[in-house]
Amino acid sequence: MSTTIITTPGIATHKRAAVDWKWVVIGACVAFTIYIAVIPLAFLFWQSFRTPQTATVPAVWTLGNYAAAYGTSETFRLFLTSVQFAFGASFFSFAVGTTLAWMNERTNTPFKSIFYALSLIPLVIPSILFTVAWILLASPQIGIINQLLQNWFGLAAPPFDIYSMGGMIWVDGLHYSPMAFLLMSAAFRAMDPSLEESATMSGASVWQVLWRVTLKLTWPAIFATILILFVRSIESFEVPALLGLPVGIEVFTSSIYTAVHRYPSQVGLASAYGVALLAITTVGVYAVARLSGKGSKYATMTGKGFRPRQIDLGAWRWATASGFILYFVLIVVLPFLVLLWSSFQHFYTVPSREALRNLTLDPYRFVFTYPDLASTMWNSLVLSFGSATVVMLVTSVICWLVVKTKIPGRWLLDNIASLPLVFPGIVLGLAIMIFYLNVDIGIYGTIWIMFIAYITRFMPYGMRYNTTSMLQIHTELEESAAMCGASWTTTFRRIVLPLLKPGLVAGWIYVMIVSIRELSTSILLYSPDTRVVSIVIWELWQNGQYVELSALGVLFILLLFVLVLIARWVGGKYGIREA
Amino acid sequence: MLTVHGLYTEYPNERGDIVKAAQDVTFTVEEGRLFTLLGPSGCGKTTTLRSIAGLERPRAGEISVNDRVVFSSSKGVFVSPNRRGFGMVFQSYAIWPHMTVFENAAFPLQVGDKKYTRAQVREHVMRVLTAVQLDELADREATKLSGGPQQQLALARALVMEPALLLLDEPLSNLDAKLRDRMRFELKRLQRELKITTVYVTHDQSEALALSHEIAVMNQGRIQQIGRPRDIYENPVNQFVADFVGNTNFLDGTVIRAEVQDRCILDTDIGRLAVKFAKPVKANDRVAISIRPEDVELAESRPAGENVWQGTVEQKVFLGEAIDFRVTVGPRSLLSRQHPTLRTPVGGSIFVRVNPEKCVVFSAS
Repeated sequence: MSTTIITTPGIATHKRAAVDWKWVVIGACVAFTIYIAVIPLAFLFWQSFRTPQTATVPAVWTLGNYAAAYGTSETFRLFLTSVQFAFGASFFSFAVGTTLAWMNERTNTPFKSIFYALSLIPLVIPSILFTVAWILLASPQIGIINQLLQNWFGLAAPPFDIYSMGGMIWVDGLHYSPMAFLLMSAAFRAMDPSLEESATMSGASVWQVLWRVTLKLTWPAIFATILILFVRSIESFEVPALLGLPVGIEVFTSSIYTAVHRYPSQVGLASAYGVALLAITTVGVYAVARLSGKGSKYATMTGKGFRPRQIDLGAWRWATASGFILYFVLIVVLPFLVLLWSSFQHFYTVPSREALRNLTLDPYRFVFTYPDLASTMWNSLVLSFGSATVVMLVTSVICWLVVKTKIPGRWLLDNIASLPLVFPGIVLGLAIMIFYLNVDIGIYGTIWIMFIAYITRFMPYGMRYNTTSMLQIHTELEESAAMCGASWTTTFRRIVLPLLKPGLVAGWIYVMIVSIRELSTSILLYSPDTRVVSIVIWELWQNGQYVELSALGVLFILLLFVLVLIARWVGGKYGIREA
Repeated sequence: MLTVHGLYTEYPNERGDIVKAAQDVTFTVEEGRLFTLLGPSGCGKTTTLRSIAGLERPRAGEISVNDRVVFSSSKGVFVSPNRRGFGMVFQSYAIWPHMTVFENAAFPLQVGDKKYTRAQVREHVMRVLTAVQLDELADREATKLSGGPQQQLALARALVMEPALLLLDEPLSNLDAKLRDRMRFELKRLQRELKITTVYVTHDQSEALALSHEIAVMNQGRIQQIGRPRDIYENPVNQFVADFVGNTNFLDGTVIRAEVQDRCILDTDIGRLAVKFAKPVKANDRVAISIRPEDVELAESRPAGENVWQGTVEQKVFLGEAIDFRVTVGPRSLLSRQHPTLRTPVGGSIFVRVNPEKCVVFSAS
């Protein structure tokens, strides 16, 4: 199986130095990482200084893109709108997520263990479907909620307008509140409960403990969570594209999309916007990294973890439980039901007795007879499984270099592999598009370009999962393998990878799920032959085929749900508690 | 002073099984005394302490301090922990990292019902910091302190509001051995000086013996024995207590005959053994005998009297101030602690003697 030589490892490698696989593997992984993370960025900058190339006019150097992008007051408005949207959405989801996390971790709200599991469900609903569902619920023309309220209370005008800044913040903030919930739950859990208990013993009331100890101590986590949410919502594409563009509310991401899809395509202008967006996200990501580095001040000596005391809310606990239920209705039940309803209609109608008689399976027939359905599904699955596998394996080697060796410059490698974190999906799509348009190696328009884009985009997640579990592997475990005579490649394959398995599997599951929902990068890279499911949903929306979209959406959500269940089951077998 | 009566606590663990943490726990602590709950991990001692603190809500029972009932299942009383006015030191010390030493100690005075002026707070805090010798470090960031001072700060914080009761949850277990010994003396001095009623939780028997006025040994949620340290050590009521508090040799025996003056003769693995046993026994009763290592006497020449056997030195462990011998007698091996002047080599022949008064006998379980 493997060639192990029982001698001192150092001498062994020198004697058979023909090909040292250690450096081949490491070299390949490092080269791949640099290629994938750095090149698109360089080309994005390059393109932002070029004029558009057409059949007759060659591209030349220019500052015109920046002049066009920043020379007008229009851009300032764009910036303000983007920031307003991102602030609104991030603070809204933070407030919702933190309240839920506190209720879940620190109070005796009934049934909360179920809610923890339920709170993960929204993560399997892709952003585009969530947005579409809320359009069907709260659009002024066809929104079910609006029509029902108008009928019941005889209102002249629809009470809600989803096509507004408020609507955008509502949908985006609500959809990403589970992320805030998970991050803040982790922060509350990481805290030594005796810090709060000793405040209680000192005579502090529930609110004094919450304000003077709990929130003060979780402050670094709070700030980091808000920053992460801010960066994520400024990158958000689906919500601004579906809700903002129709009424002329433009943010950076949707402007990049419209600049590329204009005729003639304004790639240079899009790049200039992209560079600005990149600057904002870079500052945010850098701040998060600095902040988590400083967190060690707050790491205190912890004792044995006793069950944290739960605050008895008395009769209020039924209020908090209803809050949980309302939240779950808004974030899962209503969106899913509205898609389900509309997927059984001939054309989109508000629920009524008459509409109930006209139920049909036509949309599902349409989906199953859709010419490219099989190949689209296949593309989605292959891309997500493939990129998850490649990402996790490559980053495991990179992590080993970063965590376990003393090679100079390893911090740089760490940063390079984490670099794509600052790329908003649409900017990454743009950068990769530009690169392979200019450097023709025959992958533009094929599935490979999307494969590369996915790997690039999700590499930082692989780094994070692998670093966490790599830190837990004691160096002596590898050293003793070396003392037994195992070569580096054997040690890596037989010792490091198996020990890394919990992190590897958890990361693989995560990357698989985020890549199967991916839209904002794919939207600039797909061709008619390489469509994925999220792209088909996007096209159906553009064509106004709402009922067909709903049917496909329902099936897609169910598929994702089954995938997550399988993943959790597999993850459970490998001892992973939360996938 | 503190009365705990008929305390029962149960809770489901992560797998949903019911853990019976405290079962009919009853004891009283007199004013100014240090009372220790001693037992292995999971014996219910921390649960009992947290129930007194109010951090746990027991299923049944009653707790009162100075005739003020803070918990009673029958009367439906549950005073929330922040209204009980007890001081508590946690195992992790729970020093708030976002506050200075002074701010940590001042916190109880700032959040309590009783209002203090700024000057009063300063005076109280500095007095208590001086008592634990932290007055010089008052403006230091609290987490910059090392283990010993952190523990002292936690103590100062618990004492600053002059609590009716001081609760200590394994306060020395996070310190290294040398520091632990010093802090043990420091804690004892402070408690004896301030005469503050204290409940102390530990799994370390030597700590319990050294500090306490009274000890309750717990196992599986139940109190096994309550008594003064010397009683617990010399007259354990059952095998668990004998085994948990200090090292011991256990022998199984059968009564051959009972004699006058509370004496009886037993048949054991190592031969006939005369013991002092107050309870009435009859022939063929099964019993267990515990003999402390320091009560197993060794001599190179045959000593006079009863309970003498010849054995072989099997192993020696040199401990500095003492030397532990493992001696084979018949089919058994006995542990004996001796002064290091005894130099019998391994494999050498040696005489073993046990004083009948030093044998503790239990009815076999």
